[in-house]
Amino acid sequence: MAIPVFLILFPLLCAPVMYLITNNRLRAYVTYGAAAVIMAATIALTVFWVRNGAVPVQLYKETALADHIILIAEILLMVLVTALCFRHKKYWISLLSIVPTLMIARQELTGTKPMTLCHIYIDHLAVLMCLIIGIVGSLIVIYAAGYMYGYHQHRKDIRDNRRYFFMLLFIFLGAMFGFVLSESLLWIDFFWEVTSVCSFLLIGYTKEPEAINNSFRALWMNLLGGVALAAGIIYFETSVNCVSLHKLIEYAQLGVLPAVIAVALVAFAALTKAAQLPFSTWLMGAMVAPTPSSALLHSATMVKAGIYILFRLAPAMGNTATGNVVVFIGGFTFFAASIMAISQSDGKKVLAFSTISNLGLMTACAGVGAHETVWAGIFLMMFHSVSKSLLFQDVGATENATGSRDIEDMHGLLYRLPMLGFYMFIGIAAMFLAPFGMLISKWSALKAAVDRSNILLVLFITYGSATTSFYWTKWMGKIISRSHETGERMDETVTGKSEKLSLTLHAGMMIALCVLMPWLSTHFVDPLLVEMFGKFVNVLPGTILVMMVLIMCLVFAIPVPAYLYAKKQQTNYKLNYMSGINTGNNNAFVDSFGEEKKLWLSNYYFDRLIKPDKMMACCQLITAAVLIVMLSFILGGVLA
Amino acid sequence: MSIKAVIMVISYIILAPFAGGLMEGIDRKISARMQGRIGPPVLQPFYDVRKLMNKQVVAIGVLQLALLLCYLTLMIFTGAIFFAGSDLLMCLFVLSTASTFMYFASVVTSSPYNTIASSRELIQIMTYEPAVLLAGVGFYLVDGTFSVAGIAASDTVMLTRTPGLFASFVLILLIKMRKSPFDVSTSHHAHQELVMGVKTEMGAQNLAIFTITEWYETTILMGIVGLFVVTSNPLSYVGAVLLCAAVYFFLIIADNACARVKWTQMLQVTWLFTLFASGVNLLILMLIR
Repeated sequence: MAIPVFLILFPLLCAPVMYLITNNRLRAYVTYGAAAVIMAATIALTVFWVRNGAVPVQLYKETALADHIILIAEILLMVLVTALCFRHKKYWISLLSIVPTLMIARQELTGTKPMTLCHIYIDHLAVLMCLIIGIVGSLIVIYAAGYMYGYHQHRKDIRDNRRYFFMLLFIFLGAMFGFVLSESLLWIDFFWEVTSVCSFLLIGYTKEPEAINNSFRALWMNLLGGVALAAGIIYFETSVNCVSLHKLIEYAQLGVLPAVIAVALVAFAALTKAAQLPFSTWLMGAMVAPTPSSALLHSATMVKAGIYILFRLAPAMGNTATGNVVVFIGGFTFFAASIMAISQSDGKKVLAFSTISNLGLMTACAGVGAHETVWAGIFLMMFHSVSKSLLFQDVGATENATGSRDIEDMHGLLYRLPMLGFYMFIGIAAMFLAPFGMLISKWSALKAAVDRSNILLVLFITYGSATTSFYWTKWMGKIISRSHETGERMDETVTGKSEKLSLTLHAGMMIALCVLMPWLSTHFVDPLLVEMFGKFVNVLPGTILVMMVLIMCLVFAIPVPAYLYAKKQQTNYKLNYMSGINTGNNNAFVDSFGEEKKLWLSNYYFDRLIKPDKMMACCQLITAAVLIVMLSFILGGVLA
Repeated sequence: MSIKAVIMVISYIILAPFAGGLMEGIDRKISARMQGRIGPPVLQPFYDVRKLMNKQVVAIGVLQLALLLCYLTLMIFTGAIFFAGSDLLMCLFVLSTASTFMYFASVVTSSPYNTIASSRELIQIMTYEPAVLLAGVGFYLVDGTFSVAGIAASDTVMLTRTPGLFASFVLILLIKMRKSPFDVSTSHHAHQELVMGVKTEMGAQNLAIFTITEWYETTILMGIVGLFVVTSNPLSYVGAVLLCAAVYFFLIIADNACARVKWTQMLQVTWLFTLFASGVNLLILMLIR
């Protein structure tokens, strides 16, 4: 099996090629080719692995050369970060990179050679992550080729440094593959740092003061997680002389203290990566970057890395202090971020808040550490990846076409830009409506929370799903409302072919996921859970399954005949009701001076009730306090 | 699906609109008497709908009818899940999906009155959602199953264990059934400052479909109220009917005795009440389990 190594190395090798090609057209074609290769390789990996019985595969027991290369690369990374921090006068941030790197280096050079199972471990979870990264990630790269062209067309003020941008995208993909395929904790730590630094550089791409500022915020938060990760790994390694991820979980399940403490530290690191409160602000700041990087950071990869590692730890977190903290932070984030999303009218910000919120739900699911919740979490992750990626790209394309990404300006989008409007509608529906998987995941998560007598999580889920529907539904309403302006079709050619291709594939995948969900559950997610927990529990009862199929038939089949029937009706179309002060069309009315006044319809944003900045600060305080107190207890060994 | 479930579902689909319409007729009659009027005949709602069906179709756009048909279908389906004795939580989720389609049917017109009213409708959905879901959770905690048939066949009278959840549920019924003080998005009577709220742009056939769907919904909600007392004992069904009547009478009194509040008050009162009444109730249930 050379494919895993190919998946890691190929994007990394593509990166310098991207930088060397100066011709934009040529680079675009090479990008398409490379993305196609990555996608094909991911599918090949899945196919070969399934044909070999879909059993866990352990590869590369001895990798002295690779270990040395990784160590050197890690030190180079540290030098790069330190240099950048000094250049921008953020001296203290460099410490967050220097300390863990030196700790790891010292351990590797002076300590005894730690025991490990293998270096690459392929099981269901790893394959699932590879599919998400390989397919969604590659589609984002394809989309980026078209998008960045349009972006530099209408942002002449920003220096066109696309080759650097594409180089980063490919390094990122390579590091993500490395992260999810690695079994050695030292490798995991290295790839973790690479993704942190890549996201930092991607956020700072525009070199505007705000972007630089936000990129450093992302950097220090992610590096702080990196410090915790490195500390956990080294503590575990020195205690039991082992750097295997699976061994770590095994020991923690047995209650071995160093492993339990290491799990707490790794979980803390995962919370920073998954942008949970109090670390959510870096993800908000990441919105200043061009859309493909926000999509890549949010949906396909970066934040999912945190969730991935939490899922790995899930069996070791059930009913432990660490698990309870993770559940609290996740549940709280789910609810708080969804309230903050209500007050936003900037499309990308709503997406960012909803990402944080959904990740919160996944985090809580992992923290409960039960069969049902992990099952729910895995499906949440699949649906979220595809639909968020779709939505980010759609909002980006809409912005390039209409010049605005404000939701208020999307009034009647379905009639002005039918394709983008329709895909946006599908993407949002997938986030919360029946029959899409989000709903069934919520069903399962709620049930498991009750089973575990976790009243806080029950309340977070019930209130949080109410607020979640609110901000999504009002956005959907905007898209389908009849335009209150001219409502003419706009020029759809602004959206490039590569963007359209990526969007269409995403929408197709979305519907396929929805239809295939029962099949995926029995053939993929159930075996995954058996690997994770060692026993089989049927999460999806037959009655629910039948109901899902029925709802699906209803929701897909009813609108079309309903529309055709409505169209056939002999209807007398009239003007809107405006208390008799109509002007003859629906876009204006007569005001108190007897003059024509233009009509403007707007959604509710609760701006007098919700102050997102204050609320964010408040939530950060609460969660930071909980985290610090609980972490001190756990590290002190009191609660372990 | 058992024969019994099939019979239940078919009789629900046929009878629910009659039950809902009859309840509305009685509501109008009692309200009228409270206000010192004679009031319309009890069957008036049916005459109204028949009249609406025969009218010339007047509408703003073509999409509204299509969306209303989706609303109707999903509502019928929600009830089918419930009366087939299937999963309660799923039924509640589908119910909120149906409400979303009602919002779409209203907001799609871009009429100013409708747009404000549909925003308020959305706030209403957000306001009652936690109480509805928590009620489902309460049933699960007491009987250990989400299956409606299972809950109905158990030996515990739910109400004795879940008074807090029941109180929150009755409170949100005021919102769901569009009664004062919480009828902020529309009301069944002509005393709404938003003309007719979400119904402003619905005329003729469309309004008829909307009304029939509301009747289906009323039946489902009363079914859930009944579930609070139904046990394996057949006599408990009499109790369920009495409880529904009592709750419905309470809703009518509240409707006639209260003034409409602002949506902020509605949200705050309902959420806090739900949090305390349902939250404490659930906590106790979890502890004594």
